[in-house]
Amino acid sequence: MELQVTWFVLWGVLWTVYFMLDGFVLGAGMLHKFVGRTDGERRVIINTVGPVWDGNEVWLITAGGATFAAFPTTYALMFSYLYTALLLLLFSLIVRGVSFEFRGKLESERWKGAWDTAILVSSFLPALLFGVAFGNIFKGLPMDRAGYHGSLLSLLNPFGLLTGLLFVLLFLVHGALYLSAKTEGDLSSRAKAVADRVWPALLLAAAVFLAAVYLSTSLYDNFFRAPLLFAVPFLAVAALLATRMFSAKRRILRAFAASCATIVLVVSTGVIGLFPNLIPSSLDPASSLTIFNSSSSRYTLKIMTAVALVFVPIVIAYKIWVYRVFRGKVTEEDVLEDPQAY
Amino acid sequence: MDVVALSRLQFAITSMFHFIFVPLTLGLSILVAFMETRYVRTGNALYLRMAKFWGKLFLINFALGVVTGITLEFQFGMNWAEYSRYVGDIFGAPLAIEATLAFFLESVFIGVWLFGWNKVSSTFHAVSIWIVALATNLSALWILLANGWMQNPVGYAIRNGRAEMVDFAAMVTNPYGLLKFGHTLASGYVLAAFFVLGISAWHLLRKNQPDFFRSSFRIGAFFGLISILLVFATGDYSAVLVARIQPAKFAASEAVWETRKGAGINIFVIPDAKNECNLVEKFCIPNLLSYLAFHTPDGVIKGLKEYPKSERPPVAPVFYSFRAMVGMGFLMVVLALYAVMVSVRGTVEKNSLLLRVLVYSIPIPYLAIQLGWLMAEVGRQPWIVYGVLKTSDAVSRSISAAQVAGSLVGFTLLYGFLGAVDIFLLFKYARKGPGDDLSGAVKTGAGQEV
Ligand code: HDD
Ligand code: HEM
Ligand code: HEM
Repeated sequence: MELQVTWFVLWGVLWTVYFMLDGFVLGAGMLHKFVGRTDGERRVIINTVGPVWDGNEVWLITAGGATFAAFPTTYALMFSYLYTALLLLLFSLIVRGVSFEFRGKLESERWKGAWDTAILVSSFLPALLFGVAFGNIFKGLPMDRAGYHGSLLSLLNPFGLLTGLLFVLLFLVHGALYLSAKTEGDLSSRAKAVADRVWPALLLAAAVFLAAVYLSTSLYDNFFRAPLLFAVPFLAVAALLATRMFSAKRRILRAFAASCATIVLVVSTGVIGLFPNLIPSSLDPASSLTIFNSSSSRYTLKIMTAVALVFVPIVIAYKIWVYRVFRGKVTEEDVLEDPQAY
Repeated sequence: MDVVALSRLQFAITSMFHFIFVPLTLGLSILVAFMETRYVRTGNALYLRMAKFWGKLFLINFALGVVTGITLEFQFGMNWAEYSRYVGDIFGAPLAIEATLAFFLESVFIGVWLFGWNKVSSTFHAVSIWIVALATNLSALWILLANGWMQNPVGYAIRNGRAEMVDFAAMVTNPYGLLKFGHTLASGYVLAAFFVLGISAWHLLRKNQPDFFRSSFRIGAFFGLISILLVFATGDYSAVLVARIQPAKFAASEAVWETRKGAGINIFVIPDAKNECNLVEKFCIPNLLSYLAFHTPDGVIKGLKEYPKSERPPVAPVFYSFRAMVGMGFLMVVLALYAVMVSVRGTVEKNSLLLRVLVYSIPIPYLAIQLGWLMAEVGRQPWIVYGVLKTSDAVSRSISAAQVAGSLVGFTLLYGFLGAVDIFLLFKYARKGPGDDLSGAVKTGAGQEV
């Protein structure tokens, strides 16, 4: 297999895992003000993501770094073309990170209330913006040899917005199930109720999305060329249905696992459809950024492959270990007992 | 201002802001790890309380270091697209390696340390803060190798209209990068030491928990003295390397206009860039500059006039930054030496003058570090990659001045606000002093461990 193809796969995996992991943190952040009614409950919610949110965000940093190292031209053009959207994304991620840390540091209602709102906004915006950005990438950006002809507003086209909505709903259900699995009693039931209530909207959005992909993008071309690949979107729908089924049976952990699978499969559907493009051009196919015309030299790719082969498995091993250390439910007693908690 | 000027200003503001928090992370992680190790070894609860108190300040600082880093990672593509395209083949690698090797470790194990007091054994808890310390230092290595490559590009060839990597080993062993790593790390340790010394001094002056802060003071004093000596050693070598590899920067840092053999150092100088001379030169120490640069008293220092104006860095910022950094270095050696002395003699609390000076010395290493970076980065101008790519050719083509002006205002406001909140919290918790929380001291043992 050519190294570019290896790196395309790795690139897809990094983004996919990032959405799966940060998805529940973003979802929990969107919900924490509504699902958590008292200060104690809100602290519990923040502490369920406390030990892992930064580690999850590093998947994004690595996805960015890997794009830079393996496909520098794509990194350069994608990030400069999407300047304003990325800026909003950056501001949100910055605010979200400090909110977790700052919120509990002063005993004042107003202080905590302000950071609660900050968490809500700074969790919602990235979910939406990632969806809009990936929707536009799936569809193709208006670029040709002369450069880029779009703007922030042109990203807000119907397909981009639909993908944005899909991401928000996916992460809401995902985050709600995570919260339900990690908490007890009322809090857990309330979170589950949210997941159940949002789910039909998600199903609808997913169905519209899969149809819109056919109408507005050429992602399915690869699938028609190798019909076996249709298993991926098919399984995405199956995983989505399984999410609801497990939730109905109160098997929350399984429902959460199904929701992980849904996100992975939905994003994979898009990534498979892109191949061998990284960013298709909606104006002139010859100006598309592909893994071949935007990649690093063979030498660099070889070095980076060696690094990835050695270290990514190690990273995955200790990430799994850490999720095991922090398995189990977080309770108000835990949070109150530990003065270092958020 | 045009896109280039605005982007430069934005990069300067965002990276300097990131670097307000980074050096404390680099040094304090080691000190906290050291304190917790003492606790695990001796079982003395004093050290546990120390790890918790300094650890809390560490975490408040850490939060801002983490979130401001992402900006920089994205900014290469957002503002410097031509740069990223042209050198990405070689420059992207250390950034990706940094994330894979260092950021994952750091972010995962800080979670274990912060939330794991009752979930892992006390030995492993101490190990996890050591892993954090190791990982932050490892991240510095890779980013400074990347920066070292911009200062002294090695192991590449211009092919296919861009710079391509041909020798990874050369990049990893680039002496410029490695030296930068040593100098920057040591300066971060100095900063952490003065942070601990200053806060301990504040409490000692108020007779708060004297045992606790005397002990902290001692750790800070020794760590500070060793580190400042390392700063001097690596700084001296840096100057040698700069003289050899970036002679224009070196000339600017000493405001040398005419080429001179056996050049001396004037203690007091006022450069005048417009007339290409120095208005004032007083108290010359003969031959010292040549000696510092080439380790021989009659080495030849090439003057700025030998470079066309378009290839010279701006003199004043480079010159004054360098002077101030070195000056503050001498000041800190004296302070650190004095602190170690009184600490060894056990007369810390009797020296209230020293204690008061140390409280106000906390900003000194912060300033010295920012000025060091200013000198290194501004001195590299007009090059973004020395001798390979000009800064003016590196900027993104698809962004407008209005866009960058908007983001610049946004960053300034957001960072200004968050920085103020963070510093307010650091003050609040530093003043509050250590609590008597000993949770985590008694481990529930098995069952909770994995
Ligand atoms: C000498 C050290 C040093 C230097 C020059 C830089 N950084 Fe940094 N960076 C660190 C040392 C560090 C650190 C000590 O490892 C941090 C600071 C606080 C922290 O949590 O980790 C960090 C955090 C940090 C993060 C967040 C990691 C996380 O989420 O855990 C990113 C993405 C970057 N940095 C990226 C950069 C880039 C692109 C830089 C180049 C302009 C840069 N840093 C300069
Ligand atoms: C964190 C410590 C750092 C500080 C405080 C710092 C400071 C600065 C300053 C003041 C400038 C503006 C110089 C000018 O335009 O005259 C600058 C520019 C720049 N620096 Fe750094 N820098 C740091 C680290 C780095 C690192 C580690 C890299 C690369 C790996 C880097 C890459 C750049 C780039 C790409 C520019 C923009 C182009 C330019 O103006 O030269 N910097 N930095
Ligand atoms: C005798 C004392 C010192 C000497 C001779 C010295 C020398 C130097 C030189 C030559 C550079 C520029 C390297 C380059 O252009 O790439 C530099 C940069 C720097 N200095 Fe110093 N320095 C001294 C003291 C200090 C002190 C006290 C601090 C802070 C505590 C400090 C922090 C820095 C930093 C952060 C940089 C930028 C990173 C780098 O380029 O290594 N230095 N120093």
